Amino acid sequence: MEFIGYFGEVFQPVSFMLLLIGTIGGLILGATPGLSPTMAVALLIPFTFQLEAAQGLILLGAAYTSTVAGGAVSAILLKIPGAPANIATTLDGHTMAKQGRGAEALQLSFLASAVGGVFGVFLLIFLTPVLAQWALAFGPSHLFWLAILGVTVIGTLDSNSVVKGLLSGCIGMWLATIGFDDIMGAQRFIFHPELSGGINIIPALIGLFAIPQVLTMFARGREPSGAEVLAVQRHPIRKAIGETLRRYKSLILGTGIGSFIGLIPGVGGQIAGLVAYDQARKFSSERRKFGTGHSEGVIAAESANNAMVGPSLVPLLTLSVPGSPTAAVLLGGLLIHGIFPGSDLFDNHPDVAWTFINSMLVGQILMCIFGLYVAGLAARVAQVPQSVMAALVLGLAVFGSYSVQNSMGDVYVMAALGVGMYFLERFGFAAAPLVLGLILGPIAEANFIQGSMIADATTGRLTYFFGGALNLALIGIVLASVIYSAWMEIRQRRIDRKDEEALA
Amino acid sequence: MSRWQHVVPSGIVAAVGIWVCWISYTQQPAQAFLFPRLISTVFVVLALWTFGKAVLGWSRVGDGISRRIFINIAPGLLVLLIYVFWAARALGFYTAGTLAFFILLSLYDPAPHSEAKSWIKRAAITLGFLGVMYGLFAGVLNVFTPREVLFQ
Repeated sequence: MEFIGYFGEVFQPVSFMLLLIGTIGGLILGATPGLSPTMAVALLIPFTFQLEAAQGLILLGAAYTSTVAGGAVSAILLKIPGAPANIATTLDGHTMAKQGRGAEALQLSFLASAVGGVFGVFLLIFLTPVLAQWALAFGPSHLFWLAILGVTVIGTLDSNSVVKGLLSGCIGMWLATIGFDDIMGAQRFIFHPELSGGINIIPALIGLFAIPQVLTMFARGREPSGAEVLAVQRHPIRKAIGETLRRYKSLILGTGIGSFIGLIPGVGGQIAGLVAYDQARKFSSERRKFGTGHSEGVIAAESANNAMVGPSLVPLLTLSVPGSPTAAVLLGGLLIHGIFPGSDLFDNHPDVAWTFINSMLVGQILMCIFGLYVAGLAARVAQVPQSVMAALVLGLAVFGSYSVQNSMGDVYVMAALGVGMYFLERFGFAAAPLVLGLILGPIAEANFIQGSMIADATTGRLTYFFGGALNLALIGIVLASVIYSAWMEIRQRRIDRKDEEALA
Repeated sequence: MSRWQHVVPSGIVAAVGIWVCWISYTQQPAQAFLFPRLISTVFVVLALWTFGKAVLGWSRVGDGISRRIFINIAPGLLVLLIYVFWAARALGFYTAGTLAFFILLSLYDPAPHSEAKSWIKRAAITLGFLGVMYGLFAGVLNVFTPREVLFQ
């Protein structure tokens, strides 16, 4: 119950103001199609430089939480999910809005998001210290395999092609080796003087997430968005609370599924929302109503996609292995303040860690309160033309990258990686494993070198890296994720081929 | 999508992989390249696999670049590259940013280009952008950018 002692920090004037800004801003950003939670958090990082570590993380955490929930606004009122996590919400949410029940759908989505989100953060609170203690037993070989696991799982599960996902992870790990080697001081892959300091993670993150989105908006040309905001009639909140409680089965199912999926690295909110929606329909006595504007569909999907937010940070805070691209961006936010997450985070920086986690808890409540008031404005912002949004995001990306260390080199790296990533994505490569490779590469390398030194002096490298139950378990998970994803890919290809033959 | 659309990018990735692998195994001190060797070996194997699949026409993942997408992207990409790699330093961040914003807005705004009203709107939005950027980065974050506003 150590976390209770740090609640006061969240209510300090500056911290609370940042929490409010992050929550309201996140709701608006989340509602904007094309601005994913990951990209929103990446673009916000430069604004945390002048803040204290805990305050910066409060802003980023609040933005992460509320962008996921804010995505429901455009999903419901515009039928455009603000983020992939809100895809399942459109199925019933937008139909409700078309039936003149937009306010009810929004109220249900924010209430369900808050319940799921609070449960998820409680999981984070109670699981993190336990796992952090367990993580103390990890040696260099385990941390090496854990870093490989992080890249592999995201590379295989978060990508349409196993080989291209893993290749993206390798490219990220290679990019992480650019610059001077930490131990020998040797130059590695420095083909331009601007790269002598290596690739700074923040401009890289901004480039990899923001620039492909800008180019995607360019690709649509001058076509108008065509989205029409549906009117929101008044609806008593107590009725929405009553409905949410009456649909407790979907709420519990969504929250449980979201929390569980959040703990699995690489499986994002999109999967959480869709799986919860599907299971809620299977277990519902009114399953025929799903898709026709049924409240259970909104409740299940939204409770799930917010419930995964807290658990998705458990691997990051305990093992310094980000379980999702957004967690990877948050890791960047921690690193620029000189804070290295891991087993000793709660011993060395308990104030930062607990204030951050507590702020996410309070942020869930604020998001629920402000969500309904901000929804109308957010839906209007979601109608901002793509041309304005693309130019604005590009401007923020350039200024934000430069402000990291007042270096034009960072801006060049941001643009080069972003443009390159856009073209790679068009051919099936994925940004998430590349980012994970870039972030986990140095962790993997440091532990590989350290482990090799220990191994050379003791049992030999083969026994050191491939011996012991924990090493074997981690290698087993790496192999299982690759084999499972490859099998799923082959199965999907067979289904596609059958469909093509049937059409022919 | 033609086979060549997959062959070209996977060929470039494979060439980078081979180059990285070559450097990792030939540069000294070997200790500094221990990890790059490990990574580049996996990198080159996967890259050659992908390239081989592309050459054989087995690559199916990805939408590629259609002619329409290329035509739509080309002007914006050109503005982006000129803005980042030349104008930001030569003209100053705010001047270059404002010009890039206005040009992109004019290129991609669906509003008619023949009406004075839509041009006034674009100019107003651009001024708003300049105000927000200057307020945030110069005012709040105290970021000193090359040449600041208007070549100063």
